[in-house]
Amino acid sequence: MNSAGLRDTGYANIRVNPRPSGGEALIARAAAPVVNDLTTRLGLRRSATNRVVVGVAGGVGERTGIEPTIIRVALVVLCLASGLGFVVYALAWALSRGPSPAPQTRMRTTDSQLRQVIAVSSIVAGILLVARAAGLWVGDAVGWPLALAAFGASVIWVRSDRSEAQAPLDPLAAVFAVQPAFRLAAGGLFVVSGMFLVLQSGYSAGPTGVLPVVVAVLGLTLIFGPWLYRLAQQLADERRERIRTEERSEMAAHLHDSVLQTLALIQRTTDVSEMAGLARVQERELRAWLFGAPRPGLDLLSTALEAMASKVEWQHRIAVEVVAVGDEEMGEAIAALVDATTEATLNAAKHSGADLVSVFVEVDESAATAYVRDKGCGFDPRLVPEQRGGIAESIRSRMERHGGRAEIMSAPGEGTEVKLQIARTR
Amino acid sequence: MTRISVYLIDDHRLFLSGVRSELDAAFDILGEAYDVDAAAEDIASLKPDVVLVDVHMPGGGGEHVIRETLRRSPATRFLALSVSDAAEDVIAVIRAGARGYVTKTISPADLAAAVRRVHEGDAVFSPRLAGFVLDAFALVSEPVDSELDQLSPREREVMRFIARGYSYKEVAARLHISVKTVESHVGAVLRKLQLSSRHELTRWAADRRIV
Repeated sequence: MNSAGLRDTGYANIRVNPRPSGGEALIARAAAPVVNDLTTRLGLRRSATNRVVVGVAGGVGERTGIEPTIIRVALVVLCLASGLGFVVYALAWALSRGPSPAPQTRMRTTDSQLRQVIAVSSIVAGILLVARAAGLWVGDAVGWPLALAAFGASVIWVRSDRSEAQAPLDPLAAVFAVQPAFRLAAGGLFVVSGMFLVLQSGYSAGPTGVLPVVVAVLGLTLIFGPWLYRLAQQLADERRERIRTEERSEMAAHLHDSVLQTLALIQRTTDVSEMAGLARVQERELRAWLFGAPRPGLDLLSTALEAMASKVEWQHRIAVEVVAVGDEEMGEAIAALVDATTEATLNAAKHSGADLVSVFVEVDESAATAYVRDKGCGFDPRLVPEQRGGIAESIRSRMERHGGRAEIMSAPGEGTEVKLQIARTR
Repeated sequence: MTRISVYLIDDHRLFLSGVRSELDAAFDILGEAYDVDAAAEDIASLKPDVVLVDVHMPGGGGEHVIRETLRRSPATRFLALSVSDAAEDVIAVIRAGARGYVTKTISPADLAAAVRRVHEGDAVFSPRLAGFVLDAFALVSEPVDSELDQLSPREREVMRFIARGYSYKEVAARLHISVKTVESHVGAVLRKLQLSSRHELTRWAADRRIV
């Protein structure tokens, strides 16, 4: 025994006002004077640094001067041989204090949880003992390992959420945040006891035959579960990150091809109307990209008109504002309406001298109606020759072929409005 | 004649300075803010006649500003100004108390006219807003029991003209009525838009991201 170590830890205990931690609190209440005295006199502190599970072996090592590894091996052997190792370990843990140098902040809930688990464990153990005495017992060979394994599992659940300062909120993650070695040991114990039980029961059917398998599966889950869980988590994280990166680069590429190019172009342009045209087209395009098509993959009257507007804006350096009320899928008649509207918009862009063309389309139960209006120079419709391609062919006859009609309202100096109406075919 | 005092809220400073220089000659610009909180304090103490407010802003947007300040400065009128096409945002600011909505592409002269109109207590409907309104009130899937829940034929007609790009004066000329009458029709539509409890209106706005 190392006397220096003894003195050190002993003095440390006297100096530091011991605040009972989980196990101590319970025992302290049950047999306060005796145990308090005992723990103080034992001077056993769990090690904060040299720990596999909770630092009991490390603490005992520090207290006694024995190499902790030897203590650990001894404990493991004791566990495997008779399960006594667990009892010793649990006892040592209960009678020890928390590590001295870094006092951990403990949550009350954890303490009460611990109390609960120990209380339940004690009750279960009592019931088991009674059952054993009464002859309702599966046999020592099966019963004790099972009870110990169950206790081990309960310890895992309880110790896990206070294993480290930053206990994860996710209960599943909390369980798997247990010290890996402890987890492996517990899992291993399950598997070994499972195997042991299988051999004992001689592959017999019935409840005793199923039990070992359950125990073994439980053990394997404990061993590999966290790993699989973490792996799945990692894959999900990576996938999320990849999607995010792809989205970002797609956005960057898009902005580069569109907005940045346009901005560069605008800087090189001296013509104001050209500048405004560039900005307008870019704005429309960017907005379409940001908000997306209302129903992608569907050809709609409103989207066709927006596309038309964007084209005319670009070609003729003029603003085209489209307002749509109601909508309709593209059909033969609607396509004719769009073509005629395009023609009317082009006419306004070319001849009116206005800087804005307003396009309004409304779809109701019976018909689709479009208005194309400018506040430009206007003209006298009666003076336009009948044969003039634009109005006569592209607008009027196109509408009439599809059972619609075109109406042109204009006067010199009053601007122009073209009304196009077509019946809905349904 | 006292000049109309105007306050500007927009998180796009470049745009804000552009608007400011456009309006500076004709109005008293009391101040400007780039976010909701600063704006709410300023407006409560400065009590401007008209506030030009961007629909989209960090910290709640125009809807939030209007709700926050209308209580504290009841005489202030709000005009929403936005590049946004999203119907639900526009309807939200109108229902919060804005007396009009114009898009940022509006010409300086039209913007000044809109500010005056709002100051006089009239509503300002851009073609796009008129389109939204026609669309919202076109849905008749349930019997409407309140007068607030539907547009009268005349109101619908006026909205159609505005959606077609007609100014109030032009609408008046076409319908052979006075500009005042057009204004009262538009005001009635604004009131219906703000007060109608038709749940379809909100559902419509939510369904329809873009026109």
